[in-house]
Amino acid sequence: MSAETIATIWAFIIATAVFLYVCMDGFDLGVGILFPWIRGQKDRDLAVNTVAPVWDGNETWLVMGGGGLFGVFPLAYATIMPALYMPIIIMLLALIFRGVAFEMRFRAATDAQRIWWDRSFSGGSYAAAFAQGVALGALVQGVEVQGRAYAGGWWDWLSPFSVLTGCALLAGYGMLGACWLVWKTEGEMQDQVRGLARGLTWLTLGFIIVVSLVVPFLLPQFRDRWFNFPIILTALPVPVLVVVLTWRLFRGLEEAGTGKEHRRVVWRDGVPFACALGLFFLSYTGLGISMWPMIVPPGITIWEAASPRDSQLFMLVGAAVLIPVILAYTAYVYWLFRGKVKAGEGYH
Amino acid sequence: MPWDAFPSALDLARFQFAFTVTFHFLFPAFTIGLASYLAVLEALWLWTGRAAYLDLFRYWLKVFAVNFAMGVVSGIVLSYQFGTNWSVWADRTGPVLGPLIAYEVLTAFFLEAGFLGVMLFGLGRVGKALHFSATCLVAVGTLISGFWILSANSWMQTPAGYTIAPDGQFLPADWWAIVFNPSFPFRYLHTITGAYLTTAMIVGAVGAFHLLRDRANERARLMFSMAMWMAAAVAPAQAVFGDLQGLWALHYQPQKVAAMEGHWETQRGAPLILFGIPDMAREETRLALQIPRLGSLILRHEWDGEIQGLKAFPKDARPTNVPLVFWSFRIMVGMGLLMIGLGLTSLWLRWRGRLYGAGWFHRWAVAMGPSGLIAVTFGWFVTETGRQPYTVYGLMRTSESASPLAVPALVTSLTLFIVVYFVVFGAGIWYLFRLFRHPPEPHETGVESEPPIRTAGITPGPQVDPDRAHDARPQPAE
Repeated sequence: MSAETIATIWAFIIATAVFLYVCMDGFDLGVGILFPWIRGQKDRDLAVNTVAPVWDGNETWLVMGGGGLFGVFPLAYATIMPALYMPIIIMLLALIFRGVAFEMRFRAATDAQRIWWDRSFSGGSYAAAFAQGVALGALVQGVEVQGRAYAGGWWDWLSPFSVLTGCALLAGYGMLGACWLVWKTEGEMQDQVRGLARGLTWLTLGFIIVVSLVVPFLLPQFRDRWFNFPIILTALPVPVLVVVLTWRLFRGLEEAGTGKEHRRVVWRDGVPFACALGLFFLSYTGLGISMWPMIVPPGITIWEAASPRDSQLFMLVGAAVLIPVILAYTAYVYWLFRGKVKAGEGYH
Repeated sequence: MPWDAFPSALDLARFQFAFTVTFHFLFPAFTIGLASYLAVLEALWLWTGRAAYLDLFRYWLKVFAVNFAMGVVSGIVLSYQFGTNWSVWADRTGPVLGPLIAYEVLTAFFLEAGFLGVMLFGLGRVGKALHFSATCLVAVGTLISGFWILSANSWMQTPAGYTIAPDGQFLPADWWAIVFNPSFPFRYLHTITGAYLTTAMIVGAVGAFHLLRDRANERARLMFSMAMWMAAAVAPAQAVFGDLQGLWALHYQPQKVAAMEGHWETQRGAPLILFGIPDMAREETRLALQIPRLGSLILRHEWDGEIQGLKAFPKDARPTNVPLVFWSFRIMVGMGLLMIGLGLTSLWLRWRGRLYGAGWFHRWAVAMGPSGLIAVTFGWFVTETGRQPYTVYGLMRTSESASPLAVPALVTSLTLFIVVYFVVFGAGIWYLFRLFRHPPEPHETGVESEPPIRTAGITPGPQVDPDRAHDARPQPAE
């Protein structure tokens, strides 16, 4: 395989890892984002318990994104990280608050202490989600590079567009979290989050439309790609799919929790979550179409940023074996903890 | 704000990295040993069926959950800080070190994180064999993680198997030589052993604390006894591993060893300086309390061995903070000697049948609780500050490694790190102490046992099943 082919494969692997991170940590950050609307300790425990056994694995995809970038595209890693310095530091600190709160809110000595851990969990989720959205927007709008180093200032990341993507990701994660809770809970709790899921889906749709309208005008390369007739007509099914998924998501929310037979209910209640993931996938693909083959817009392509063939091949051998194994045992752990999570004693 | 009044961007970046990595390593140093200890406890429970082992497993599992979470979140910071603060280094070493980090994620982090959920919440809900497998996988994951990160660190100490491209990037030439670079095997052994001792000291201190309150507590006796066996067996072995590591360091990094020993002049039959004040301006170690010839004996294993002093190296190739290297080394060795003393004393008391009755010994063991953490921390200070002024030894200077960041950005982030770490991890450590204060009891509850859950109105019924009472955690479908 040529170095270019291997770098292309790696670009898809890293993109997949980032997407898996967005999906998986997206819903558990979303649970934190919904926390201010979930009243009462019992419901909050329940909400945290739906994600407690899996959040750590979810967050590992973020480490995979960072570690992978370092090994496969060191130039991208070395320019993106200083460029997004503040949003990344804020995200890391927010994840500390949130991650520790998972354990601490169960260890709290008094209810007053526990409220502080709830705030740490929720505030951390907000800050992490917003910082991730800002970082994404700041990357897409372009990073100033000279030679092999970042050449901009420490506030360059802040722009109306990056704030827009920050808010968009907050809404999107909130939608994922709400749909996840519709899937994993029942009864009153489910009714409560169903309403939240509706509102957040509308909000997310609004953000998807606004961001989609802005992106083509950010950089000349994006404009050329999106106004390149007739090739861009092949992207026409995308808006159609967005409409179909949204419709199915809302119907899924209507139907959730209405059935009787347990087994089928569990699968049917998952429909809104699957549709929400579908919306994320379409948005992510749209960004991918804009950026390809740039990894650090506007100047650096994946092939320029790639580490030498030897390094990439050495990792590819391991990744080819290990990533399927990781996906298999991750799926197995999700399977072990499948089904509705109930308050207190669980299934007795 | 007058930003000129602050240290340089390089010094701030160095301090920030030192702060975050030092704080981080406290958690894995304990986690690595504790994961193996939990696997041993569960194995003994499955093998003997003795309930006390299960109680101890549950007791330490609660500690493990808190400690692991703090290790994970403080570790994610590091995987990004390589790029945020050391971007030039990241760009140049990425082709060699990036794959090692990527393998750490693929072979260790996912394994640990994936099976942690089963380990914490699965006891009594999945089969015993599956649960034991999960515990073992988490324990093995911690050891694999140590393998890759220590390989990467060791490569920076003793680079091997590389070539250098015209633009300065390190390119891989021989992966075997890179991964198993000269300093890696003994560093791995020394670090993992250090982690095991760290855990033994903490477990022993908690056991001793509860023995002081109640000598008859069977579970406190059991954990104390296990920890003391570990100390007696492993602390002396660690001295041997440390000596071996000193020998290779003398070969590959003589400046570092000269700083550790406080030697400025090259001499035959060098003394061992026990204490003194290394003075970098005057280039001598003042008020040195020394034993003649012992330095050569230890480092060269001969009376007349020649030891190079710091003056044999140009000033800009010497460690930048000799007193820090010198004193950190003495603190590490001092802690090691105290641990050996503790281990040997425990053997004697055990032989005399007084292991559980000697109050003075238990107080000593309690005081030794943090000794492992202190030793590994200062051991790393020796390794890392002794490597200065290089990031990649002899090839890339620290001053050439930093990101092009402005001082205000670094002051802001450093302040945030310090505040957040002290608040969050301070609270976490406080919770650990609360767990330690709680005596290990028969029918120890699982990860969930604390009062707030009961006050929340969840039936705390032993009427349901004592194992599951108070457990507000998620449970797998049945």
